Formats: sequence, C-alpha cells, structure tokens
Amino acid sequence: MTEPATARMLAPGVATGEVLVLDEALSFWGGFDPKTGLLIDTHHPQAGAALTGRVLVMASGRGSSSSSYVFAEAIRAGTAPAAVVLGETDTIVALGAIVASELYGIEVPVVVAREHGLVSGRRATVRADPFGPAGITVE
Amino acid sequence: MLGSGALSLSHGDHAALRGDRGDALQLAMRIVTRIAEAMQARELLDVASAHVDGCLYHGRAGLDFARRLIEGGAQVAVPTTLNVSSLDLLHPELVRLDAGTTDEARALMQAYVAMGCRPTWTCAPYQLAERPSFGEHIAWAESNAIVFANSVLGARTGRYGDFIDICCAVTGRAPAAGLHLDEERLARTVLRVEGLPPALLRDDAAYAAIGHIAGGATGTDVPAIVGLPDTTTEDQLKALGAAAASSGAVAMFHAVGVTPEAPTLEAATGGLEPTLDMTIDLRALRAARDALSTVKAGAAVGSVSLGTPHHSAAELRRIARLVEGRRLAVPVYVNTGRDVLAQVADEVDVLRGAGVTIVTDTCTYITPIIERVATPVVTDSAKWAWYAPGNLGFDVAFATLEECVDSAEAGRLVRDAKAWGDD
Repeated sequence: MTEPATARMLAPGVATGEVLVLDEALSFWGGFDPKTGLLIDTHHPQAGAALTGRVLVMASGRGSSSSSYVFAEAIRAGTAPAAVVLGETDTIVALGAIVASELYGIEVPVVVAREHGLVSGRRATVRADPFGPAGITVE
Repeated sequence: MLGSGALSLSHGDHAALRGDRGDALQLAMRIVTRIAEAMQARELLDVASAHVDGCLYHGRAGLDFARRLIEGGAQVAVPTTLNVSSLDLLHPELVRLDAGTTDEARALMQAYVAMGCRPTWTCAPYQLAERPSFGEHIAWAESNAIVFANSVLGARTGRYGDFIDICCAVTGRAPAAGLHLDEERLARTVLRVEGLPPALLRDDAAYAAIGHIAGGATGTDVPAIVGLPDTTTEDQLKALGAAAASSGAVAMFHAVGVTPEAPTLEAATGGLEPTLDMTIDLRALRAARDALSTVKAGAAVGSVSLGTPHHSAAELRRIARLVEGRRLAVPVYVNTGRDVLAQVADEVDVLRGAGVTIVTDTCTYITPIIERVATPVVTDSAKWAWYAPGNLGFDVAFATLEECVDSAEAGRLVRDAKAWGDD
C-alpha cells in the first residue's frame, strides 16, 4: 500500500476495484452500453473493454450530454464502474452519480486527480467524503 | 450540506435548499448546488431559458428522476424547450421500439411536458422562432445546441447534461462558472484553415470535417478558427459545432471574423498565448472524411440519412431542389424539427413525392427507425457518422449533400473527386 494520492470530490462515495486507465476520453452515451457494461465506441482503442466494477481512469469527459443519464442508468442496472477518476472536472459524469445516489442510494465516487499513480490491472480504493478530503489508495 | 463552503447562496437559494418551497425545488436546488461545488462556482446566477435533453429515453433511471420531480410538484420557472425524444409523435409508424420501451419513452416525454416544458422535440432549438440573445445566461443541454448557443448566438451556457438541465429550469438558477464567465470564453487553441479550394470552403461538409478535426485536436478547450469566409452560414457553423462536440467536448468555438465574440484573433484569445496552433489543410479534411467513412467509393449503400442535427428550412429547401425529378434507388431519411417542417410545406410535398421519408421529434441515430434497412448508410452529418458505428453497428460514409443524393440515386457510394479537391 502506498500513501493515498489527493483528489477533489465531484460525487461522494467509497469504492474499490480493478483499475482501468482509458487511453482516450469516453462519452458514456454512444460509447458505453448500460445493458452489458461494455465500452462500445468503435473509435476507442479499448473498444470491447468491460467497465463494470472497475476504477475507471480517464483524462476528461467527451461528447454527448446524455452521458449523465446513461451513467445513472448503468448505476441503477449494476453495470457501472465502481468509481471514476478524471483528469479534469466533468460535471456530466458527476451528475449521473449524484442523481443515482438521490434515486437509489447507490454511491459511485467521482473524483478529479491529476497525479494518482493508477495503473491498469492493479486494485485501488477511491474515497470521496463530502465533509473531508478525497483520496485514492493503490493496493 | 455543502462541502467546501466556498459557494455563496442567495436567500431564495437557501429557502429552496431547506425545502421551504416544496420537495421538487429542494431536490433540484440540491443538485444545482452540488454541481456548482463540483465546478468550484462562488455563486449561482439567474438563467433566462433552458433546453432539456433528459426527455430522450435511455432506461428507467430518467423516468424515475422525472417522476420524483413531478411528485414533488415541479414546474419550470423559465421558458424551457425539449430536445429530441425516442419517438416520432407525428409519424409513429416509423419507430420500431418494443411496446414496453415505447410506453416508458412516451411516459418520459409526457412527464417533461407536465412540468411545463414546450413540446418542441428538436436538437436544434436555435432554429425556433424565439432564441436566446447575445450575452444572455441560459441553461442548455444537448452538445450541439450548447456549442451553437455559445459560439454563434453569444448566449452563455455551461456544458450541461441530462438532469441538471431540468434542475436549472425548475430553479431558474445555474452555477456561475465555466462558459458563463468572460475569461472562460477566451480561445486557448488556434486552428488555421488554409489552402482549401474555394468550392470546398462553400460546402457544408467542409465545416463538419473542420469541426471533427477541431474536436479531436482541442478536446475541452475553446478553439479559435481562422480562415473561414465572412459568408459562412449558420448551417455551416451548426455542422462545425456538432462535429466538434462529438469527436471532442467542445462547448464553444470562435470563428474569427464570423462569430460575435471574435472580430479579431486577439479578441478571441484575449491576447493569451495559445496552447496549440495548428493548420487544417485539404489533406487533413480528406483524412477526416475518410476517418468518418467505413466504406469506400463504389460500395453498395443501403440508405441515406440527412439532418443530424435537425435540418433547417434552408437545408430542406436545398434537398428538395436536389431530389426533384430523380429516382432514388435506396431509402432517404431527413431529420428535422416539427416547427421547421411547418415552414416548408411546398418542399415537403416535393420531398415526399421523391420518396424521401421525413422524421421529426427524434433522430435516425438514436432510435431504431432504419433497423431493417441494409447498410452502409451515407450521411451528410459528421456526428451521425461518428456515433452510428458504435450505437447502431452500422457501416457509414460521410459525404457532401450532393454526394448523398447522388449515392441515393445510384445505390452505391458516389464520391465527387472535384468537390474534395482530388484532381
């Protein structure tokens, strides 16, 4: 275990999962199927990857404003990533998590962290406390 | 309740947050303030109108959210238009969804109308009679509408997504952050369009291709595009913005000498040193066209889809002129808004006479209208060509409008070498 990297909370929660670092940004709408949990954007270098239960790392959001809805639907359906770590603020992803938490009481933490030391395949825990600092711990 | 404490709220905001004005306003204000905190806003500001994307059905979560708002007594506080839905209410026979999904999609549409939203069902609200004025703060969702409002109208909206759109409409408030603020609207990247044949620079497809390149190159930044003629039309700027918001997360661009906040490059950048300064030439445009096409010239085509975003009256008139008197070998679909459709009755007769299918209220790439039609699909939309391979599993070809109609007539992909400067 290493010291937790600091992060900024966009949506609260605590989750652990296998890390998947995306090489390019992803639009959840059009790029992710909430029925299967798979990345379906054929332009994306990681097309076909399973995102369910992962700590998903991406530099930024992209594309459609429907991504909030698709992300919330994935959380409802149980196909969503366990947590999302963004390189810059993206409220569209955060919104999906915030609304799913309001509707279903399921929390998927969404945080912003530029330096996080996350590597695909390792397990990591993302903590986003609404009253304290957010952090990422790599196992 | 609030995390950082840096967000300062008005008395009205506090009252809504406490629940003094009902459950729906409390929920909506809680979401607006959480997003304001995520955006590190210091306060909220009043919005004059809203455009809501949450009426397009992607599963139960959206319906659960709309019903929660309605149960709490939600009504919009500002004029609010609605984006495309999953159904074509004017032509219901076109849409091939199963009965259960159709019922839920219709219930979602009805829920937003019940909250006082106008049933406009278009992704191009800037083509409606009333549109935002320069400098006005608004809360718009739908990526192509956001980029058009900011760039072409000079109105100010953040890159809002589903859910926050209706929350802003119900509260009349939005975070004072992002593109609502002067400094965030300055260009950080410069794209120079150079060396394009004049005929190509008059073609709407060139603008879609430029937008596709801009989105890939600049991601979430505001680009300043240099080298577009002062005759550039709103339809061309629409095509550019829609493509840039699909291949990237562009929510605003400047076209120097064309869009209202960019009389000069210096005005667009505010004198800031750009983080990227690149040239878009003919080779790049042809590469974009090819990247948006999974089939080559001469390939058999299954159908043609036009109008993503929804075509304007001017674009429908152009298509009518192109198809009049020709025999179309494959189905041609044109997406447009019901308000635009009502303005072009004569052209609609010509289009229908030529066998063109007009789709309103929805769009061919978000709902299974052409499910049983053989692919590939030829389209004049870079956005359609970008999303269709993943969303629908279709082969596509991105083409000029003339190439689309020529291909529909020939039943195979026709490329006009001259149009793309391929001597």
